[in-house]
Amino acid sequence: MANPADATKTKTIEISGLNFFYGKTQSLKNVSLDIHEKQVTAFIGPSGCGKSTLLRTLNRMYDLYPGQRAEGSIMYRDRNILEPGVDVNMLRAKIGMVFQKPTPFPMSIYDNIAFGVRLYENLSKGEMDERVEWALKKAALWEEAKDKLSKSGLSLSGGQQQRLCIARGVAVKPDVLLLDEPTSALDPISTAKIEELISELKQDYTITIVTHNMQQAARCSDYTAYMYLGELVEFGETDQLFMNPGRKETQDYITGRFG
Amino acid sequence: MIGEHSSKQYDQELEAIRSKVLLMGGMVETQFEQALDCFRVGDIALADKVMAEDHTVNQLEVQLDDACSHLIVKRQPAANDLRTIMATIKVITDLERIGDEASKIARTAKSLHSRGPTSFAHYDMIRAIGKGTTDLLHDALDAFARRDGKQAMQLIAADEIIDHEFRTILRNLITFMMEDPRTISSALDTLWVAKAIERIGDHAKNIAEYVIYVVEGRDIRHSKPAALEG
Repeated sequence: MANPADATKTKTIEISGLNFFYGKTQSLKNVSLDIHEKQVTAFIGPSGCGKSTLLRTLNRMYDLYPGQRAEGSIMYRDRNILEPGVDVNMLRAKIGMVFQKPTPFPMSIYDNIAFGVRLYENLSKGEMDERVEWALKKAALWEEAKDKLSKSGLSLSGGQQQRLCIARGVAVKPDVLLLDEPTSALDPISTAKIEELISELKQDYTITIVTHNMQQAARCSDYTAYMYLGELVEFGETDQLFMNPGRKETQDYITGRFG
Repeated sequence: MIGEHSSKQYDQELEAIRSKVLLMGGMVETQFEQALDCFRVGDIALADKVMAEDHTVNQLEVQLDDACSHLIVKRQPAANDLRTIMATIKVITDLERIGDEASKIARTAKSLHSRGPTSFAHYDMIRAIGKGTTDLLHDALDAFARRDGKQAMQLIAADEIIDHEFRTILRNLITFMMEDPRTISSALDTLWVAKAIERIGDHAKNIAEYVIYVVEGRDIRHSKPAALEG
């Protein structure tokens, strides 16, 4: 596998000198790292280390909350997305997010997917049908859902709901998918399906995942970032980081010698 | 120094494995030393004891393999813990083989002494390689116990000396056999013993290599001496 510093890998997102504040509390301190194209990058670390915050800055999810602000730069397609002039809606269409708990809208499975697409594109009925099918197939949910597209999204099981949310994220054809502990509320079989899906999706998308499950990070990701108290402690290839981490702090965390 | 896990149970499991490996190492060391004694003086009872001991060593290998599998499935060890377990699984294989070689020496000693006195100083022939290998094995187990990568690195060079020593013994024995064919049986027995000792040296070197893997995360097996620095 290539070195993280390998210039031949395309960087989709370049984060440099990122600071983040919840009011007066600083929760990210001078974080710099690159997210590589069509690779899976995992953020790991104990609760409160800033990994979810980091994920949320990548599509400016924090904008929704007053008093939260980010400094530094996150370069995406030659633009610093932290700048005021950025069209946040377009940004979120390109950098989609899936949350910890499945969050289907209280509408049909079909509309759950079509809803987001309608915000950005004007498709005919036929085109929309195709898009919904395509997205459900991408999210490995088509076989289970094709006969009940008009049923409520809430009628699906937890694992199916989460895959529906991924389908919804994929439907608007983003570049990047941000997954915030996507399997923490799911049983092992659903978790395995989501992990399988992640490896399928990385053919087409750049994926960033926050997880508390270290084995999940080891299984699914190409790069791993270990964070602690708002700082990036170590960032590198996943295999290397789990076999022979460079920093003692990382080793203590991944081997369960923490705190 | 390596800190403790949040899970005390995990620490205890690792420690139990470690002390059992050291127990197995100690047994194998004794087996080897006693086998050399047998070869020196022809103590038949001791030779039988060495061969019987091999059963216990084999049992330990099975138990330790099982303990390592259980630890992997329960704890999913990572980083240095994973390397320790991987190395342990390999170390016990080498220890078991050393036990086999020691038995072989004891068996050969019995056969040599059953034919009466030898016409040449058979023990002097292997005294140096025996001493060198005994030390190498002891130091390799010591380096494993203390996770001493530096010491382990020095041992790899020591094995070269043992290999060289073996080739010298081979030449000497060939000379004996050519000069007086009546020495052939004893010379061959001595050669089997020298070969077994040389193999034990190789196993000890393997253990030293695993120590470096545990400590530094580098797998130096099959690399040229020049590549070992760093």
